[in-house]
Amino acid sequence: MQIVKLPKENLDKFMGGLSKFGEIHAPIKKDENTYLFSKIEDLSKIELNYNRTILPPKKYFLPPNETMFRFSPEKGYEPPQDNLNKKYVLLGVHSCDIHGLKILDLVFSGTYVDNYYFTRRKNTSIIGVSCIPDDMCFCRSMETDFVEDGFDLFLSDIDDSYLVRIATSLGDDMVRANQSLFKEVDKEDIAEYKRKSNERKNYFKIDLELYNLPEIMDLEYESKIWEEIGEKCLSCGTCSMVCPTCYCYDVFDQLNLDGKTGERRRQWDSCLFKDYALVAGGLNFRSERSARVKNRYFHKQRGFVAQYGRPSCVGCGRCIQSCPAKIDIVEVMTKIRSASYE
Amino acid sequence: MSNHPSTSGADNIYQPSLARIVRILPQIEDHRLFQLRFEDSGIRQSFTYRPGQFVELSLIGTGEAPISISSSPTRPEVIELCVRKIGRVTEALFRLPLNSLVGLRGPYGNGFPVEEMEKNNLLIIAGGLGMAPLRSLLWYALDNRSKFKEIILMLGTKISEEMLFKYELLSLLDRTDMKCLLTVDKDEEGIWPAQVGVVTKLFDAVKVDPEITYAAVCGPPIMYKFVLRKLLERNLPKDRILMSLERRMKCGVGKCGHCSIGYKYTCIDGPIFTYWDAINLPEMI
Repeated sequence: MQIVKLPKENLDKFMGGLSKFGEIHAPIKKDENTYLFSKIEDLSKIELNYNRTILPPKKYFLPPNETMFRFSPEKGYEPPQDNLNKKYVLLGVHSCDIHGLKILDLVFSGTYVDNYYFTRRKNTSIIGVSCIPDDMCFCRSMETDFVEDGFDLFLSDIDDSYLVRIATSLGDDMVRANQSLFKEVDKEDIAEYKRKSNERKNYFKIDLELYNLPEIMDLEYESKIWEEIGEKCLSCGTCSMVCPTCYCYDVFDQLNLDGKTGERRRQWDSCLFKDYALVAGGLNFRSERSARVKNRYFHKQRGFVAQYGRPSCVGCGRCIQSCPAKIDIVEVMTKIRSASYE
Repeated sequence: MSNHPSTSGADNIYQPSLARIVRILPQIEDHRLFQLRFEDSGIRQSFTYRPGQFVELSLIGTGEAPISISSSPTRPEVIELCVRKIGRVTEALFRLPLNSLVGLRGPYGNGFPVEEMEKNNLLIIAGGLGMAPLRSLLWYALDNRSKFKEIILMLGTKISEEMLFKYELLSLLDRTDMKCLLTVDKDEEGIWPAQVGVVTKLFDAVKVDPEITYAAVCGPPIMYKFVLRKLLERNLPKDRILMSLERRMKCGVGKCGHCSIGYKYTCIDGPIFTYWDAINLPEMI
């Protein structure tokens, strides 16, 4: 992969030049230690040194709610004419979140391809940025602390410059459009990059060991730990909303005031909500909170592994940070693993 | 971004196609058989399915619900859905007059592995509304009679007034190329022309050769318990016992998450599961 260097004094000029590739969205600071991906009108608002955004970039591809069809009794269901083809540049995406999108790609592709999702994916370029983990990051455990593909460009911070990996033809165009801002990578840059990435390993404070976790989870299926977490969990679904790999959605028809026409919409759902597994007639396959909590953990760390070959967790730490009941997935998995836990 | 699947063309996996209700056949209380015909002649001719698959039925302005197909692909052009009035969508369906338009998409799910089941004995065991998906398999097998060895149907309901497809199934009693066993738990007036007793009692009248038999089972949870015991007692391999399961199959295409059971999605990995799958999946029945 081709790698060039972008001195930090050229960063603003480079970002300014990106607008011709699409509407720029990047992290901005909302409050102390709170960041979010937002449309950028003022480049100086972009915050590339951030720990995590409240919502992951999935909101751009699977919006919290969207219209799937407009319907009328005469014409049936017609997809909205909204412009899904608008171009976006998503700048400042962390490695874990790029992995999150790659996991969503698995779900929305396959035999049945979800065009709403992939049209947006195709029209959005991704520029990644390196990061320093905080005490809730466990991407290293989930093998998502580095990323090899799934971006057009990736910026790795080496103090006064960024090393820029060029992964796609589009990424190459972005560099070529501002060629004069870039320099060649020299030996000192390489040394600095190695020093930085070695140092980064030491910042991780928590670890979720994946080794034979699916088997351990099968063995602990009846464990009382699920009851314990069920007692704590508020079924609020926040962990699902902030999760870069949670994709469940609900679909409903919304009538206009004429009582005939309307829209079929989908919106984010959570397997922790009480009516999630309810079927017509009132039978609920997971009416107990503990069953729903267990199902969520099993799906992420066990079921998804069976279906797609890897867990659907990228270690971003958002669920740990956001849970109002202070349920911590790393703590739960460590407990399950511990031989002394009964 | 490169390497994404093609989104060109008009393929929208969630697009319902309009179909007209051409016939409504009342069954038992709160159950009707709806005959639907796609408006578009191209779809009408190309639409085919496997026994055991389901469709997503859209009622314009109300929503979508998964419904198993009760007709057989051997009888094309019209799709039959046997529906129980039980939720928002089905209640709205029961209010619709003949000739109304509804939306349909599908077919979804794995369906029965019919090619694999051919050249074998077929044991179809249904309880209650379980006959709805199994009727598709039954007629598929009867319309391809030479491809199967013995065909046995065992159906049990509490009383004869609760038997779906009652007259159609009673007419099978005369067929010599199959065994049709229809039982009711109670027959107080003594007028039921077939068996009386619970469905498991019907096993006394049949011989199950475990080497060459597939069983297809669908019914209420309590029935599974007793029927499975009977089948296992007769040494039927666990992966030759096929069951049709119900979950909240909202999208039908393995995306929305609602029908997950353990490590599988009912909508794409099922709704037909083997008994072996069932033991390995928590929360299955």
